Amino acid sequence: MDIKEFLDQDQKKDLLRLLTAGSVDDGKSTLIGRLLYDSKKLYDDQLSALERDSKREGHAGDEIDYALLLDGLKAEREQGITIDVAYRYFSTSKRKFIIADTPGHEQYTRNMITGGSTASLAILLADARKGVITQTKRHTFLASLLGIKHVVLAVNKMDLVDFSKEVFDKICEDYRAFTMTLDIPDITFIPVSALKGDNVVDVSSNMPWYHGKSLLEFLETVQVNADYNFDDLRFPVQYVVRPTLDYRGFAGTVASGVIRVGDEVMALPSKKKSKVTGILTSEGEAQYAFPPQSASFTLVDEIDISRGEMVVHPDSIPHVDRHFEAMLVWMDETPMDSYTQFYIKHNTHSTKARIDEIKYKVNVNTLEKSKIDHFELNEIGRVVVTTNKPLIFDPYKKNHKTGSFILIDPVTHNTVAVGMILDKIDSSHLSANITDKEKEQIVKSGSLITAEQREKRYDQKAQTIWITGLHGSGKNELAYALEKELFDQGKTVVVFDGKSVRSGLSRELDYSPADRAEHLRRVAHICKLLNDQGIIVICSFISPNEDIRKQVKEIIGENRFKLVYMDTDIDFCRKNDNYGLYKLADDGKLDHLAGVDEQYDVPERPDIIINAGENGKGLERILGEI
Amino acid sequence: MNEYTINNLRQLEAESINIIREVAAEFQNPVMLYSIGKDSSVMVRLAEKAFAPGKVPFPLMHVDTTWKFKEMTQFRDAYAKEKGWNLIVYKNQKGIDAGIGPFTHGSKVHTDIMKTQALLQALDKYKFDAAFGGARRDEEKSRAKERIFSFRDRYHQWDPKNQRPELWDIYNARVHKGESIRVFPISNWTELDIWQYIRMENIPIVPLYFAKERPIVELDGNLIMVDDDRMPKELAMMTRMRKVRFRTLGCYPLTGAIESEADTIEKIVEEMMTVTVSERTTRVIDFDQEASMEQKKREGYF
Ligand SMILES: Nc1nc2c(ncn2[C@@H]2O[C@H](COP(=O)(O)OP(=O)(O)O)[C@@H](O)[C@H]2O)c(=O)[nH]1
Repeated sequence: MDIKEFLDQDQKKDLLRLLTAGSVDDGKSTLIGRLLYDSKKLYDDQLSALERDSKREGHAGDEIDYALLLDGLKAEREQGITIDVAYRYFSTSKRKFIIADTPGHEQYTRNMITGGSTASLAILLADARKGVITQTKRHTFLASLLGIKHVVLAVNKMDLVDFSKEVFDKICEDYRAFTMTLDIPDITFIPVSALKGDNVVDVSSNMPWYHGKSLLEFLETVQVNADYNFDDLRFPVQYVVRPTLDYRGFAGTVASGVIRVGDEVMALPSKKKSKVTGILTSEGEAQYAFPPQSASFTLVDEIDISRGEMVVHPDSIPHVDRHFEAMLVWMDETPMDSYTQFYIKHNTHSTKARIDEIKYKVNVNTLEKSKIDHFELNEIGRVVVTTNKPLIFDPYKKNHKTGSFILIDPVTHNTVAVGMILDKIDSSHLSANITDKEKEQIVKSGSLITAEQREKRYDQKAQTIWITGLHGSGKNELAYALEKELFDQGKTVVVFDGKSVRSGLSRELDYSPADRAEHLRRVAHICKLLNDQGIIVICSFISPNEDIRKQVKEIIGENRFKLVYMDTDIDFCRKNDNYGLYKLADDGKLDHLAGVDEQYDVPERPDIIINAGENGKGLERILGEI
Repeated sequence: MNEYTINNLRQLEAESINIIREVAAEFQNPVMLYSIGKDSSVMVRLAEKAFAPGKVPFPLMHVDTTWKFKEMTQFRDAYAKEKGWNLIVYKNQKGIDAGIGPFTHGSKVHTDIMKTQALLQALDKYKFDAAFGGARRDEEKSRAKERIFSFRDRYHQWDPKNQRPELWDIYNARVHKGESIRVFPISNWTELDIWQYIRMENIPIVPLYFAKERPIVELDGNLIMVDDDRMPKELAMMTRMRKVRFRTLGCYPLTGAIESEADTIEKIVEEMMTVTVSERTTRVIDFDQEASMEQKKREGYF
């Protein structure tokens, strides 16, 4: 073969990205060093430098210490500082490889998550003498969390267990039992000796009982292209190319699916449709583009699509939502602060995000779940997230590109956490939990005037009268009648209802349960502030959820909170509906209306119950109560 | 294999283009550092593709130490003109006035003032908040763990212990005023990939990469080309014509040639696969100290 043929062939190879992980001293560096060495990637001067280093710092006696090939920073070597991921490159006659090498030290979670995010295969090292240990389980869990479909368990140091089949079989069995509950479709076991070279590049004669491939042979032949999704088009628009006034190219990387000239496509979130008129890839004009290609396309209509939006086929639409659940990995030295509004970056789109709730934390060693209220470095858990603008996403399991995101601290700008979106949840399960932290913040004001002094001045007991009930139950009429009555008595009083608050204070929130909870949380805090100033507050909100009402009560304080329940049946409310909301909800034009598509929890212990149409009597009873 | 496959070069290319566009979209004022070398040439080609059929929306900048090979400067000016690039050429005028040069001040001082300091001056002058560089992770051991987006503080310093985690292809582009990011879009390319790509895409490169009879003096085992009359006479006296080529390009007194017959890309690759010297050892500065690249990076040169 001459050099031209060699180059032509080399050019056609595909690329495999893999991750290596193992605990300290399992022989990972030795194994990688040998792969690099034996695949003849090392240049001679690197080798002679190696011989020099080996004499100075090596630990492998007179043999070459392959592990030294991999060390990078001098300072790191001297101070023993490790790095999170180091990338190694080698190629064989069949394939090119990029190894993300992650050290197994304390920061293993962060390291492995970083290195594994782009890997399609993971080699996990186990020491034959130790078998499946905690670290092995940890690494396996992280690989499955990242959705790595191919895992190789390389059982190393077989030379130290006399190349025993029994030892190997036992380890495989233990590992299989452990991985049953994890979602890893393809697991391969290979017994090796990294130091001596058995089954690394060539199949070893020391283990005639092993009939599988050598590690390198396996890496050269494993099929990974099938892992791409060519069905559901996801084209996140990254950049709009406008060289002239009449040319508008939407450029980006195809995340999944295939885009073709002539296709009808839809832009999200606008839902505007148009037809693809041309595609440009790095190789010039093309009829179609597919992942992981980079491309830019033009449309027949002049529709406005900007960076952060996504183009899809109308028959396969991703989720467009501001609420979702995700597995989150905390990557920052500074623990999570639950009040932070993070920047979230999700493919080409950036907005702000809040972690509403931590459902549980997973212990990476035991896989046990536990309740926590914030994350520390390297902790992993399931969270509920709300974003300011909707994300266009798929679950990570189905699509890594549209299901992954990072959180950025608004002050330090560090990447503090990374997340993998889970299947979209039914948001009615969301509750607006008030964390303990938040409660702590509900502190006494520093004013020199006491609440008693204020109440004396206003000649009233500051409190919040919270009226709950279905839309059309007469809450507002009652609220305003009460306000008038109190005003006439010379009291200082304020009324809040849905319209007044939603038009300003809560304007960016919608009627979904999570947003409603946030909306009412804000109202409750204002009530509390006003009560602290000695003012009476009357609130009129459907507030359909018992949990939320309880939280409102907690915020305002039990002794200042009176819950009034409008006990009216839905028929009465429908007749009394001045805005036609029930009609709209029946027609499916309005979501989340309590009593129609959203449950209304009857209060367990209201302070006052008012029956349909008896507002007059009700008014007296309330006045009596306060 | 199905119809939806691309080869490894196209895969690397797609990744790089994605990075380049991301920077153009997220930063106010990016710049692409252009060193005239083969890696830079590939990087610029990638940038052109990223915004086709439009123009590259940011300037290229060459930090000229005034000691580059003549052929490099000629190539730069001709190519930039042909392509209509927005090219900034920056020189450290103070250094020039002080007469700094490798022969008089040594490679260390020269590189620091004419290259590192010049770069920092230029970044400050134009207030660039992102600078693309053509470094690759396989060039040297210490680069193996370098980020694609490498964060620099207000003093352009790199802190190896404080780099942001980098996952998937989601890059954190947030910086405060004065801070910046060095971006390495061809991080994952190997030297062979670069040559392959140049071959596949027919990218013009400086002729110095190809073997030719050139006037050479031998200095401490390095083959140094006599490119102009700033070469001290006592050294220039020893000039001999030798058939050589360069594996990297920099300041001519600091860049060692290798004897070679390779006058085509194919032959270069063939030599590369068999020859015994890795790329950067032909650049004299690297001999200053072990892990010197790391040191230079902390100081602000990549
Ligand atoms: N006997 C034997 N020793 C090994 C083998 N692989 C690695 N070692 C030794 O185990 C030690 C740790 O190896 P190293 O590659 O540095 O481990 P790492 O911490 O996982 O990177 C070194 O002393 C190696 O020489 C093996 O297959 N057999």
